[in-house]
Amino acid sequence: MTGPATIFDRPNTYIGKPEPRADAARLLQGRGRYVDDLNLPRMVHAAFVRSPHAHARIRAIDVTEARAAPGVLAVYTGADIAAEVTPYVGTLTHMAGLRSAPQYPLAVDVARWQGEPLVMVVARSRAQAEDACDLIDADLEELEAVCDQETALSPDSPLIHEEFGSNLAWERLVEAGDVDTAFAAPGVTVVERTFRFGRHTGVTLESRGTVCDYDPSENQLTMYYSGQAPHMMQVILSKHLGLPEEDVRVISNDVGGSFGIKIHTYGDEIAAAVAARMLRRPVKFIADRMESFMTDIHARDHVVTARIGVTAEGNIVGIDMDDLTGIGPFSMYPRTSAIECNQVLNLTGAPYALQNYRARGRVVFQNKMLMCQYRAVGHPIAMAVADGLLEEAGRAIGMDPVALRKKNLMADDSYPRQSASGMKLDDLSHQKAITKLTEIMDYDALRTDQAEARKRGVYRGIGLVSMVEVTNPSPMFYGIGGAPIASQDGATARLDAGGALHVASSITEQGQGTNAILAQIAAGVFGVPIDRVRVTTGDTRNVPYGGGTWASRGAGIGGEAMLQAAHALRDQVLEVAGTLLQTTPEALDIRDGNVVDAGTGAERMTLADLARTVYYRGNELPSDTKPELIATRHYRVTDFPFVFTNGAMAAHVEVDIETGFVKVLHFWAVEDCGRVINPMLVDEQVRGGVVQGIGGALYEECLYSPEGQLLNTTMADYIVPMAAEMPDITVAHIETPSKTSVLGAKGAGEAGTGGAPAAILNAVNDALSPLGASLWQMPMTPQRVLTALSEG
Amino acid sequence: MKAPDFDYCRPGTLAEALSLLAGADGEAQPLAGGQSLMPMMNFRVAAPEILVDLAGIPELRGIARQGDMLRIGAMTTYRELQDDPALQAVPLIAMALPHIAHDAVRNRGTIGGSLALADAAAEMPALMMTLNAVIELAGPDGPREVPATEFFLGYYETACEPDELLVAVRVPVAQPGEVFGFHELVQRHGDYAMAGVAIRATGVAPIAGLAVGFFGVSDRALRVPAFEEALTGTDGSEAAIAAALPKLDAIEFEGDTKISAETRRHYAGVALKRALKEMLA
Ligand SMILES: Cc1cc2nc3c(=O)[nH]c(=O)nc-3n(C[C@H](O)[C@H](O)[C@H](O)COP(=O)(O)OP(=O)(O)OC[C@H]3O[C@@H](n4cnc5c(N)ncnc54)[C@H](O)[C@@H]3O)c2cc1C
Repeated sequence: MTGPATIFDRPNTYIGKPEPRADAARLLQGRGRYVDDLNLPRMVHAAFVRSPHAHARIRAIDVTEARAAPGVLAVYTGADIAAEVTPYVGTLTHMAGLRSAPQYPLAVDVARWQGEPLVMVVARSRAQAEDACDLIDADLEELEAVCDQETALSPDSPLIHEEFGSNLAWERLVEAGDVDTAFAAPGVTVVERTFRFGRHTGVTLESRGTVCDYDPSENQLTMYYSGQAPHMMQVILSKHLGLPEEDVRVISNDVGGSFGIKIHTYGDEIAAAVAARMLRRPVKFIADRMESFMTDIHARDHVVTARIGVTAEGNIVGIDMDDLTGIGPFSMYPRTSAIECNQVLNLTGAPYALQNYRARGRVVFQNKMLMCQYRAVGHPIAMAVADGLLEEAGRAIGMDPVALRKKNLMADDSYPRQSASGMKLDDLSHQKAITKLTEIMDYDALRTDQAEARKRGVYRGIGLVSMVEVTNPSPMFYGIGGAPIASQDGATARLDAGGALHVASSITEQGQGTNAILAQIAAGVFGVPIDRVRVTTGDTRNVPYGGGTWASRGAGIGGEAMLQAAHALRDQVLEVAGTLLQTTPEALDIRDGNVVDAGTGAERMTLADLARTVYYRGNELPSDTKPELIATRHYRVTDFPFVFTNGAMAAHVEVDIETGFVKVLHFWAVEDCGRVINPMLVDEQVRGGVVQGIGGALYEECLYSPEGQLLNTTMADYIVPMAAEMPDITVAHIETPSKTSVLGAKGAGEAGTGGAPAAILNAVNDALSPLGASLWQMPMTPQRVLTALSEG
Repeated sequence: MKAPDFDYCRPGTLAEALSLLAGADGEAQPLAGGQSLMPMMNFRVAAPEILVDLAGIPELRGIARQGDMLRIGAMTTYRELQDDPALQAVPLIAMALPHIAHDAVRNRGTIGGSLALADAAAEMPALMMTLNAVIELAGPDGPREVPATEFFLGYYETACEPDELLVAVRVPVAQPGEVFGFHELVQRHGDYAMAGVAIRATGVAPIAGLAVGFFGVSDRALRVPAFEEALTGTDGSEAAIAAALPKLDAIEFEGDTKISAETRRHYAGVALKRALKEMLA
């Protein structure tokens, strides 16, 4: 990539500095503007009657009493809403063979998961709407539910969609080399394990929610939306409600966490838009915590049987795996629910120089909440399978897991190259990462401590993972398959008369600091103090067109667009300055809000003087000078489907073998996300991700009864990691900038969540190994640890 | 999750509160710290027509030493207990308090609310049973007293009638030579216990005057006399504990989404062992 490479050495660059976020004070003072903070004139509130059964035919629904209840404006059944929208189907053409059935916002004839909305009540208050929900009599015929993905494909299983003839949604086989021959070779040890990954969900601090406002005078629908992809929502609303795209405006103000939960089409949110149009007044729907557990997308839920083959010298000859995953009764629209399985097949073993690889994935329908993309899609499964097998193979051949990794990780000077699954890889640093990791954790000292502790009956374990993370996706991720999801992002930078810089971007802020890094990039590249930058994101009417923030793409793609826009504006301003100062633009620079002499740094004029001259006293400019104090640039990744990052992580745990409790003593993460824009934000992204990964490894699981009833729908029953139990997390970086952009930033948002579960799994099994026990199921709950010990 | 409609009143005296309850025909419910009741109302598992807020009633407040007893008003919050020096006379409560929920909940949650609610996994009921506390009730027919050991009847069920209020609890202060133990097993600090135990003994070598209250094991807090007898007179060694543990057969251990009944039984033994070990150390 050619470009303004000197950007990073500029005197007032902010890139690479731990700048505090500008919005922190506002949020901490309670001035956030979340969806539920919004109170529009004439606004009314929605609540839903949801299916109490996992699978049921709707015989009749009596809403008479509810309609007459105090404060109620409208009661809509599935058929009422269906008459106002076109159905959606969660398939994409590049996921060959993926099938799903048409879906409506509310169940029409059959409810297919417990929690699926059946009836919408709109009333003057949410409490009144809930009161009226209690008066609705739904006559349901319970149908046999398909809950266990392991029996969903058996010929005698009930079918969720009769027309498909089976519950299979998608299947894929990846094959490289010849695993069977490699495993059969003399001297090769083959280790096989079955891994189980529980369902969990995102548990955002701010639950899903929307306020939809319809103005009939302009046929204008405005959706205030707690979400990550405003332009995607705009298209979806436009398409399925039959409104011109330009008449749909989607606004995301502050978003209190998202983690991938908020990039999907939820029936209750679409129904709120429909109701707003029918009632011609604003409708608010805020998911309560119980609704969040029941109806936010779930993730994981994989059963993987996998084998690894390794020679006595520690050469991994191949991996063979079979992934079976349940996705609920539909593939989620519009991103589909086959992506996680696809990622598992693409990523398993991707850090290693593997010759032979075979991976089969099957995605099946079941009567549980829909499953879809949640932070680190597929990564925790892929990393736990490959590195879980690797450490087990190490135990089998008596080789240290660090040595085994070093022997098999791709060499840092071997890029560009491909993974066995065909992923294009570049600019990775696995060997450097594991070396740095073992240094910062003092690996040898931990092993000595472990041996000492065992003598005292204390079982400590050390577990590692070497990982890749998919970031900065190109159009090959969604756009190619027909999804209305932009893979490029745009940025605009505008110099105002007072010398301030206003920037806008199509990426979104959901608490991670997107707006902060946009300001850092813009301020440094253009040349103003950062406190003179104002950032606008999250409004389809006021920002350039783009994809939003997901798949660790914000900084890498949106950040590069901002860099390019700020740089273009700088050139435009220097052009004007050259004219005004009667010199060449090359002789000038912009620093700290002033046009300066590039060589000496001496101030020539302030930006405010320049802008005021342009805006107020254009008569002072030659008439052939046409100044543009605004610039817009767009950026997309072109040469690669994805920009991969890599990292290495380690967990130190202690297992209480009497209770099965696992205490995480310390966690280390070495991350190579290319250029670090704000080390403070990146470190906290990694830490937050690690904590979420620890949640998946030790605590979090959506538990269903055999009949498909979700058993834990409160924060007391579905337990998330809390500060008191979390270890210190040491974060270190290697910076191998991506060559795909000038900025060189790769994503950093998901690595922790993708890698931590594998490290924890390995650490627990390392601790249990002297007792002859091992555990391959997440979360590794006390009960499961005790069961593993009793079987060990 | 919004509570159904309800009326709210805030009486200024105990008598007024009791007459409100008596007049409501079982449709009124007292409100203490609201840390359990409000979530239950929001989930619509509780739907009282009238909430009788006890916050304005002076008779329900205050911690006072009365001879060998510490009298704690029902509306005393965990926070007030933690901050009151008088509590040093009842070390077992001081040991347990940091394990009850989190600061935010402790600032509002009350001892009376916890005892009246009788959550099977709550600490206070088991503590009161272990300490042989006396619970003071007031109702339309005047005041009465119930020993804590007879107060807890089952799942969220106590001897307190719907038209009665829990006024205070009287807790014997520690006597010279008395020792206490406490241990609970939780995955995260502040969670309800997966199994917990509170211990009091008048002597340790050998163990004498033993009381052991279990919580988070069954449908209520409980003591098992046969188990206490089996450990009394022993040195509290692992062998002695192992010999006594079969007496816990008297408990109907319960499983849940996190652990099986069998594991809970095992946990009760582990908690006991750890509490005793620390107590005897
Ligand atoms: C996040 C969280 C964690 C928690 N963790 C724990 C824990 O680890 N251990 C634990 O023990 N508790 C825990 N709790 C519960 C907490 O301790 C409750 O506050 C307590 O159990 C009830 O006290 P309260 O004052 O809030 O009562 P309220 O919620 O106001 O009332 C509870 C019940 O008692 C009745 N009641 C209240 N006062 C009286 C009275 N004087 N006379 C008659 N009836 C009365 C009410 O009508 C209601 O039925 C937790 C709560 C939360 C929210």
